[in-house]
Amino acid sequence: MRLEPRQDVGLVLLIAAPAGAIVAALLLAAVPLAFAQVSLVDAYRLMATGALGGQFAITETLTRATPLILTGLAVTAAFRAKLWNIGAEGQLYAGAMVAVLVASYAWIDSSLVMIAVMLLAGAAAGAVLLIVPTLLKTRLGVDEVVTTLLLNFVVLLFVSMMLEGPLQDPMSMGWPQSEPIAAIAELPDLIARTRLHIGFLVAIAAAVALWLVINRTRWGFEMRAVGANVDAARFAGMPVGRVMLLTAILSGGLAGLAGVGEVAGVRGYLTLDLSPGFGYTGIVVAMLAQLNPLGVVASAVFIAAIFVGADSMGRALGVSSYIADLVVAFALLAMLVAGLVTRYRLRRG
Amino acid sequence: MTDDPTPPGAPVLKLTGITKRFGPLTANDAIDLSLGKGEVLALLGENGAGKSTLMSILFGHYTADAGTVEVTGPDGVLRPLKPGSPAAALEAGVGMVHQHFTLADNLSVLDNVTLGTDPFWRPWQSRRAARQRLKSLMADSGLAVPLDRPTGSLAVGEQQRVEILKALFRGVRILVLDEPTAVLTPQEVGQLFQTLRHLTGLGLSIIFISHKLDEVLTISDRVAVIRAGKLVGERPTAGASRGDLAEMMVGRPIAASRREAQPAGESVARLDGIHVADPRGGTPLLDADLDLPAGQITGIAGVSGNGQGALGALLSGLAPPLAGTLTLFGEAVARPDAGRFTRQGVGRIPEDRHRDGTVGDMTVWENGILETYGGAAFQRGGWLRIAAARGHARRLIAAYDVRCPGPDARIRLLSGGNIQKLILGRVLENGPRLILANQPTRGLDIGAVAFVHQRLLEARRRGAAILLISEDLDELFQIADRIAVIHAGRLTPARPTEELSLRQVGLMMAGEEAGHAA
Amino acid sequence: MDAIIDILLAVSFWTAAVRIATPLIFGTLGELICERAGVLNLGIEGIFTVGAMAGWMAVYQGLGLWGGVFVAAGVGMGFGLIHAGFTVGLGVSQHVTGIGITLLASSAAYFTYRTVLPDVNTPPRIEPFQQLPIPLLSDIPLLGPALFSQTALTYLAFGSVIVVAFVLYRTPLGLAVRAVGENPAAAEAQGISVVAVRTGAVAVGSGFMALGGAFLTMSAFNAFFFEMVGGRGWICIALVVFASWRPGKALLGAFLFGAFDAFQVRLQQSIGAAIPYQIFLMLPYLLSILALILVSRRAAYPRALMVPYRKGER
Repeated sequence: MRLEPRQDVGLVLLIAAPAGAIVAALLLAAVPLAFAQVSLVDAYRLMATGALGGQFAITETLTRATPLILTGLAVTAAFRAKLWNIGAEGQLYAGAMVAVLVASYAWIDSSLVMIAVMLLAGAAAGAVLLIVPTLLKTRLGVDEVVTTLLLNFVVLLFVSMMLEGPLQDPMSMGWPQSEPIAAIAELPDLIARTRLHIGFLVAIAAAVALWLVINRTRWGFEMRAVGANVDAARFAGMPVGRVMLLTAILSGGLAGLAGVGEVAGVRGYLTLDLSPGFGYTGIVVAMLAQLNPLGVVASAVFIAAIFVGADSMGRALGVSSYIADLVVAFALLAMLVAGLVTRYRLRRG
Repeated sequence: MTDDPTPPGAPVLKLTGITKRFGPLTANDAIDLSLGKGEVLALLGENGAGKSTLMSILFGHYTADAGTVEVTGPDGVLRPLKPGSPAAALEAGVGMVHQHFTLADNLSVLDNVTLGTDPFWRPWQSRRAARQRLKSLMADSGLAVPLDRPTGSLAVGEQQRVEILKALFRGVRILVLDEPTAVLTPQEVGQLFQTLRHLTGLGLSIIFISHKLDEVLTISDRVAVIRAGKLVGERPTAGASRGDLAEMMVGRPIAASRREAQPAGESVARLDGIHVADPRGGTPLLDADLDLPAGQITGIAGVSGNGQGALGALLSGLAPPLAGTLTLFGEAVARPDAGRFTRQGVGRIPEDRHRDGTVGDMTVWENGILETYGGAAFQRGGWLRIAAARGHARRLIAAYDVRCPGPDARIRLLSGGNIQKLILGRVLENGPRLILANQPTRGLDIGAVAFVHQRLLEARRRGAAILLISEDLDELFQIADRIAVIHAGRLTPARPTEELSLRQVGLMMAGEEAGHAA
Repeated sequence: MDAIIDILLAVSFWTAAVRIATPLIFGTLGELICERAGVLNLGIEGIFTVGAMAGWMAVYQGLGLWGGVFVAAGVGMGFGLIHAGFTVGLGVSQHVTGIGITLLASSAAYFTYRTVLPDVNTPPRIEPFQQLPIPLLSDIPLLGPALFSQTALTYLAFGSVIVVAFVLYRTPLGLAVRAVGENPAAAEAQGISVVAVRTGAVAVGSGFMALGGAFLTMSAFNAFFFEMVGGRGWICIALVVFASWRPGKALLGAFLFGAFDAFQVRLQQSIGAAIPYQIFLMLPYLLSILALILVSRRAAYPRALMVPYRKGER
């Protein structure tokens, strides 16, 4: 048996592949669920209703999807140019921290201006954090996988230092958390009495914008060429270093936005448990979407549904919430196989 | 080799009904072939005819869709060979020297030769014994190489010797050589042929794959011709004529491109005392002087790895000169820049069309604008003009005979010849005044070669200056007006082709002074 | 200044340095084996975690300390086989698969721990490996106790370095591993199965990684905590580059790192609260990045690293 490249990939296959991966991941979840000795029927039913049953569940899922769309887009942008940004987690925290700084120290009194400045500053913080490893890569040839990964720990420690220092809320009784942000800095709710905020719309707009950039602009053309064959891009006269840098700004910026959204849209203050690994999960989201920005929205909603559903099922049946992480890992690995199916066909001999 | 009971001339290998398909393409169609002991069988065919596929099946890199391979065992009896297993082929005494050498460059010659010859579970390497055996093999065969140097540091001819030694070390009785002369100077080819004759005298049987008629006629005992996957003829070399074989190989008359004399125009580009490094770490170009006049094809002959990479990178705008001046269109170039070169009218055909020329995962239309996407024709305010780019691709496909499903096909799925035609079209459509053609016909079939030559000659008539870097001396003598030779990073002065002989150029390629040969 | 000299002259400092270095030796060796065969294994962080959990859990369930070591290594090899199946067998992205393995292995570890022990607030403890002073050698001043008064797993790490170096450079198997990492086509042409050698290397390498994790729960500490691996796996990947893919240098790199880490902890104690403790905790990560920058120029990585190999495909 060997693999042979497909001549053309039908739309059906492009949609069927991730769908198949999702089904496979959900089926594989039966193994840990059986290990936890719960009824599979109950577990799947509770997971589904927890994620999608009713307005509250749905808005919770979409709230959870918002940062995942943004980190998924961050990973998509970077991976398209083969910039292996595994640091979205750190970039998210950098964005969140700068958002809190802006919201607590700024003298702005208009809500609109405040939110705009917060978004910009948060994106800038995420971008700066990725620019460093990108420059190390393009100038000195330092592998960005390890540097972005290690910077996640550095950023988290830095945030921890700030939360026990200058940013600490004096009313927190020693707990490492920031003061709540000003009311005008809070992102308005999309639906009253739910946690869903306009950050969700910002994330969708970002997905559309990224799709346009990648597929319709000169710069996206350069990104894709550099990602698919850097030698040919360089030969053709593309400014490879500059393309990488712009990609880093875009990718880091999107991850930074995710942090702003969580602080200003959901929590209202900064703690060290702001993100349960949104940055890492963004990689799964992006891969599940086959690095298509519009697909990222769908895959983020799916992953969010898994998390929200598993949380609710776990509480009801006493199953550890790590079941959700397992399903997400299954989905990523299944998607790698599914992605292969879209590009190759199996042939005997 | 010596304790083999098979009498000379008796069959040692038999291929029966070998068929192999790749998607819609039939690479091998029911091929029957046999090889006698001590014989040199030439497998003649154009690039893409299916020679390499056949040999890859013999060696187990591919599995045939139908047919059997039988090899004589030590007892002189033909036995079927387990398909799809290089290990089984090696075990049966079949060795192969690939066109692209399969050496691990960071490992020593000794390690490369002994790799895979000791069983894995043995907790030590029999290095001393191996060294002794290899030394006696080198003495017997006349193939000398330094055993402790990493193979990456050896010259190409030496690397080929390592490849042959690898096979001999395993005691092969059948040796397959895939286009072994492509990387050698004419003199080195002579040496190789001597070695091969010596080895057949010792009982080795050889399959010699080539598309060069003269070599085939020189070295082989018997010729088998393959065309479009089929075996179209087989005869003893002694009675075969050149014309006869050529017709069998090509199957259709191909008019060789002819270069008509035309006067040189003014200088388009000049190199004065240029030093430039190869960005890929190959041999640098040292103190090079070269003038490229309009309306002339200036050929650079040389064995690959002698500084062609540096010269190509310089004129592609990828490597700045470390000393000396590069003058382009009458102005000194301070900092070469690939994008600016293209805009100024330098057309560049890269040495490696897959690595540097195209982005395999992008479409034909995207590859068509890979160099010019920034111009007003294909973008406005940063937005790509996709309809215009598709139209451009359609024009290239029509005008340059690029066989493909359409502008939206991924370029990875095109054949080498069609990719090269697209690159040629992309370059020529800009009406370049200087064309760098780096190995433009490597690996193409005769039809595609003629097409490339015709288009280059057309550009020459139009008044473009063309630098043709090639390892194929026939090509250079056919279409170049002047030829310079590159050896160890140094360029000889370009001389009119009419004043040079093949032998002279061959000697210069090996680093001999031109004066001695003349 | 006196404070620094006091630290450097204390036996406890050198002992701690070696203790901190031990899991890094295992992890760096493991990653080195994978990368020498041409496969980047970003699953290392997760395999550390699952090795730590599995080894500890086996001991907690009564399998004994050495039983725990075997269980950890076996589980690590299992995850290594999954990684190899994807990256070697199917030839998909080594980066993405590695991240996937880390997600899978660490969530599997946490899920299993929580499922087996649902209602514990303080992590249960086991009786870990005890110090095993080697007679005579451990009496050498300063270095004696540091190197030769450690637990059995530390000695196992030392021995592993020697064995791995010998196998890589002195045996037919090691030559095959290096060859598939340099030029898989060359190895295939010599009749070596690239898939088998790479798969084996990734499995064995992953087993070593899991031992690094097991050292944490069975020797350095006596319980399993969430997030206890804390980026040690990623640091090992940096150390492999720093070590230029050589086992001896890997050992040296791990020691230097361990010494630095032990030093910063003691410096932190002696300087006190003048500097936030997070600064000290950041130093190991920053040091790893710095090490990468320093060696990046001359990094002679295996040529086929991260290049998937499909038979018969150019």
